[in-house]
Amino acid sequence: MFSDKYKLIVLIFLSISFLFYSFYLYKKPPHETENATALEMEGKMIWQKKKNCTSCHQLYGLGGHLGPDLTNITQRRTTPQIEAFLKNGINQMPNFNLSQHEMEALISFLTAVNKSGNGDPRTYKLYIDGTISQ
Amino acid sequence: MELYRNKLSIPFFILSLALLMIGLTFGFIGSVQYLVPDFLKEWISFDKVRPLHVSSVVFWILVTAMGSVITFLQEHIGGSIKYPPLLKAQFWVFAITFLLIIISYFLGIFGGREYWEFHPYFAFPIAFGWLLFIINVFSSIKNFRNQPVYVWMWLTGLVFFLFTYIESNLWQILWFRKEIIHDMTIQWKSYGSLVGSWNMLIYGSSIYLMDKISGNQKYSYSSIAFALYFLGLLNGMFNWGHHIYTLPTHHFVKHIAYIISMTELILIARIIYLWKDSLTTAKMHKHLRSYQFIIAADVWVFITLILAILMSIPALNVYMHGTHVVVAHTMGATIGINTMLLFAYIFDVIKDSTINEKIFKIGYRIIQISLPIFFLSLLSAGIYKGFWQMQEQHLIYGSMLKKLKPAFLLFSSSGFFLVLGFFMIIFIALKSLLFIYSSKNKI
Repeated sequence: MFSDKYKLIVLIFLSISFLFYSFYLYKKPPHETENATALEMEGKMIWQKKKNCTSCHQLYGLGGHLGPDLTNITQRRTTPQIEAFLKNGINQMPNFNLSQHEMEALISFLTAVNKSGNGDPRTYKLYIDGTISQ
Repeated sequence: MELYRNKLSIPFFILSLALLMIGLTFGFIGSVQYLVPDFLKEWISFDKVRPLHVSSVVFWILVTAMGSVITFLQEHIGGSIKYPPLLKAQFWVFAITFLLIIISYFLGIFGGREYWEFHPYFAFPIAFGWLLFIINVFSSIKNFRNQPVYVWMWLTGLVFFLFTYIESNLWQILWFRKEIIHDMTIQWKSYGSLVGSWNMLIYGSSIYLMDKISGNQKYSYSSIAFALYFLGLLNGMFNWGHHIYTLPTHHFVKHIAYIISMTELILIARIIYLWKDSLTTAKMHKHLRSYQFIIAADVWVFITLILAILMSIPALNVYMHGTHVVVAHTMGATIGINTMLLFAYIFDVIKDSTINEKIFKIGYRIIQISLPIFFLSLLSAGIYKGFWQMQEQHLIYGSMLKKLKPAFLLFSSSGFFLVLGFFMIIFIALKSLLFIYSSKNKI
């Protein structure tokens, strides 16, 4: 049976490794991009706080399942088309009564998401060892 | 003494069962909205229904886990928890906060992220309540030497939860939210570990209960138990990257997650398997209801284990990520494993004598029949969507969803029976808990 001393050593080792890993990730963003603009940040808060868009929609496949993934929506749809969806709603999506400024902010956020990468799994390369590349 | 001790933990179970009822009700409403888009749309749209369902169910898991740790810890130390007033304060902090969160969702007040959509202000009482819990549990253990594995699991789960919960709120600092991929990486890092932390509490309690039923504590002190515990902790800390294989984040995050993979379910499968061998039929009958729920969880461990292994392979993950396969896996883990184990703890407190046998049997059977159908309906919807999302030319999203209607019909109808079965079990459990609680007051 392991003694308490060995158990503690393993626990401390794991905890220190975890903390090191965590703080490395906090400190090092995956992309050195420009900081988000004020309008993008406002849009992000509308996405998250005001309308809880993630209940139905996904970014990079993370989120709800009722609506489509919106990672690259600004690439597939024009601004007037997106505004039309927001103004009229569709199926389960109600009209959220966003102001023109709020719509601009939300679209600005979605444009920034689109620039961050590709969310279409059809374009990923799959390798025999089970890994993928985007 | 036992009566007094149970009086401290029973309110947690009563609260958690009430939360489960709320979660189940909104889960069913949400499933109907999949089929009938206008169903209650003006009164309570899906953006409110989903957090009402998800948060209530997460709170059910957390509060029952708390109740089980309090109950079993007191049994383990053979006395009352160190600071009963602090425990009462903890209970009321959580009860009032969860009530306010549910009301805020109804009013359309959000602010958080997926699973924790509530306003960030509510993060403070939750963290505070958890801190009270940590203080009480650590203070109650008089001697930390030579403790069984479940005590280690409870203690690490408690601390690990607080760390990851704070981490899940780091987005409130501008540095963490200003770059979308960095933000999402930290978000899913915290979520993956958060689940690992409450699983530590739940699985720790399951090992305690197994020991109690079998009457044999040998396993809880064995080297293999500790080796598996550390492997579980390793997974909780480093395997979260399998949630974000498709996110353009650091490659090493994905490679670490792929290598370590999701073996935590293998660990619990092994633990349950070893324990089961040592049971005698007579002892099984003594705690029959708890045993039945553990057996059900055992089956779901194997089912979700297979799915988890498949999902941990990135090249297969792209077919399943963002589809209902992930939802099926989550349902298998949260209902099939967690909820079954949590009911085992509640029925261990209740004991069999106060239970309405007939209603229990019907409710239990309805759950065991409807849950696999529920799971398979989600799995089939997810597989269809998975192939859809990998096709070169595919239907528009709305048309694809229409094709999934038969699966959603099955999902909603089996969901109805699942809710019915659980309500029957909850009814029995609540009646018994209230009876035990009130009869103790008279003593």
